Amino acid sequence: MNTQGKVFKYKDNVDTDVIIPARYLNTPVAAELALHCMEDIDKDFVKNVKEGDLIVAGWNFGCGSSREHAPLVIKTCGVSCVIAKSFARIFYRNAINIGLPILECEEAAEEISAGDEVSVNFDTGEINNKTTGKIYTAQPFPPFIQNIIKKGGLLASLKEADNE
Amino acid sequence: MGMTMTQKILAAHAGLDYVSEGQLISAKLDLVLGNDITTPVAVNEFEKAGFDKVFNKDSIAIVLDHFVPNKDIKAAEQSKTCRQFANCQCISHFYDVGKMGIEHALLPEQGVVTAGDCVIGADSHTCTYGALGAFSTGVGSTDMAAGMATGMAWFKVPSAIRFNLTGKLPYNCSGKDVILSIIGNIGVDGALYKSMEFSGDGVQNLSIDDRLCICNMAIEAGAKNGIFPVDEITQAYMTNRCERKPVVFEADKDAKYDKVYEIDLSKIKPTVSCPHLPENTRNAEELHDITIDQVVIGSCTNGRMEDMEAAYKILNGKTVAQNTRCIIIPATMQIYRDCIERGYVTAFIDAGAVVSTPTCGPCLGGYMGILAAGERCVSTTNRNFVGRMGHTESEVYLSSPFTAAASALTGFITEYKEVQ
Repeated sequence: MNTQGKVFKYKDNVDTDVIIPARYLNTPVAAELALHCMEDIDKDFVKNVKEGDLIVAGWNFGCGSSREHAPLVIKTCGVSCVIAKSFARIFYRNAINIGLPILECEEAAEEISAGDEVSVNFDTGEINNKTTGKIYTAQPFPPFIQNIIKKGGLLASLKEADNE
Repeated sequence: MGMTMTQKILAAHAGLDYVSEGQLISAKLDLVLGNDITTPVAVNEFEKAGFDKVFNKDSIAIVLDHFVPNKDIKAAEQSKTCRQFANCQCISHFYDVGKMGIEHALLPEQGVVTAGDCVIGADSHTCTYGALGAFSTGVGSTDMAAGMATGMAWFKVPSAIRFNLTGKLPYNCSGKDVILSIIGNIGVDGALYKSMEFSGDGVQNLSIDDRLCICNMAIEAGAKNGIFPVDEITQAYMTNRCERKPVVFEADKDAKYDKVYEIDLSKIKPTVSCPHLPENTRNAEELHDITIDQVVIGSCTNGRMEDMEAAYKILNGKTVAQNTRCIIIPATMQIYRDCIERGYVTAFIDAGAVVSTPTCGPCLGGYMGILAAGERCVSTTNRNFVGRMGHTESEVYLSSPFTAAASALTGFITEYKEVQ
């Protein structure tokens, strides 16, 4: 599986309160929530993001609340992958569970700039910065987690196990 | 090699004699928790996946606390979704208005969590229950849905950082100052994916409320969980309270820790986290030039009885500074009632504060104390991210109830000893 898109770049410790402010959490409807994705640190994100684009950020992406609405709004906005130096653990879990691809790669997260055109091969973990021509390799997921992703998320994988 | 306390609890719940760091396990859950924001998403996932029955109606807790009493029509719809699901599934631990409290104050108080438990909650501050010697951790709504359906969750066994506590806290400090200074020291990702295990002689000098507060903010250092050993104080708290029999786990003597920090509690100072990260800590006494518009005393971090006592001690017979709003939110109905019976509520109102029914409300910028652009709040809550309590140009300073109440009297950041 591959993806390619333009990069939106953010710093360290992007928290779930800026990914989707709690003042909007009075609804569980993803399309409605997605209108406010990142608005507290980047008002133009929702306006500019296109299907397939990527978010690249620093350490501890998604820290704070356990709200699954955070990876959900990023996915709903069309973002195809988040690359970061590290992820906060609940965000990491939630992203896998709902099927938002994420990759940890310190070097790529450091060097890729906003606006770069980047492609990702999820099978190999290869990150290709088409703008600069540099190629990076992210840590692949352990097989247990790859299986959850392949089945289409946690509940789908459980349901399948149930039917076997 | 030995196991940490967390690893032993996880091993027992995975049916294994031994687990080691990094191992992926499937563990049995004693409790699955959700609130009015995360449960509707979980219910949707649960139903979408075709599940129709929860694994055990007695092992699920649904607490309406973030936006209740309903702050608007949309919040009312979310509460209704939770209520219908809870009634339909006969969930025994369903807490609606009148019975509810802030989940992480309520569940320990009501004896729903106990030592040795393995708990997941669709709320990041689920790590609070480590104070009672349980493994508990925050997850998302999909994990909650899977937990409700199967009674199981997958975990990657964490390594641990040990905090060896000695000594006794000064009179003007509480558990909040301990955890804020730890986060200031190790950073907001200083314990990422790891357990924070507290130990040492100093533990006996910390009350259960202090321990709950310390474990509550383990997530603010990125930790998977925070945990205290079970001692006589824990046993006394659990006796005649917990529904299930406590099971006591102890870390092995030869357990491996990634790092060990020595913390002398007597050296802790009143600590404040400045905007916009909990790791931006300063001593309260260095922040006199920070004038404030609002004080919030409450939340799952500091809305317990000892926090109310601290506020009472400082506000009783005094007056909140002009142009400063002071909002006090007892975390559960029991605490609210105790505050009334002890005369605290009258004292708070006489001092010029308002006292609210239990709610998470302002902590996450929901309602009951939203900040305008340029406004500053000293708050006993747990996060001070951009826009957390309202406008993106507002500021939240995190502190203990001592510092928050003292600041309410002066209108600027002030520590307890300065208003005595």
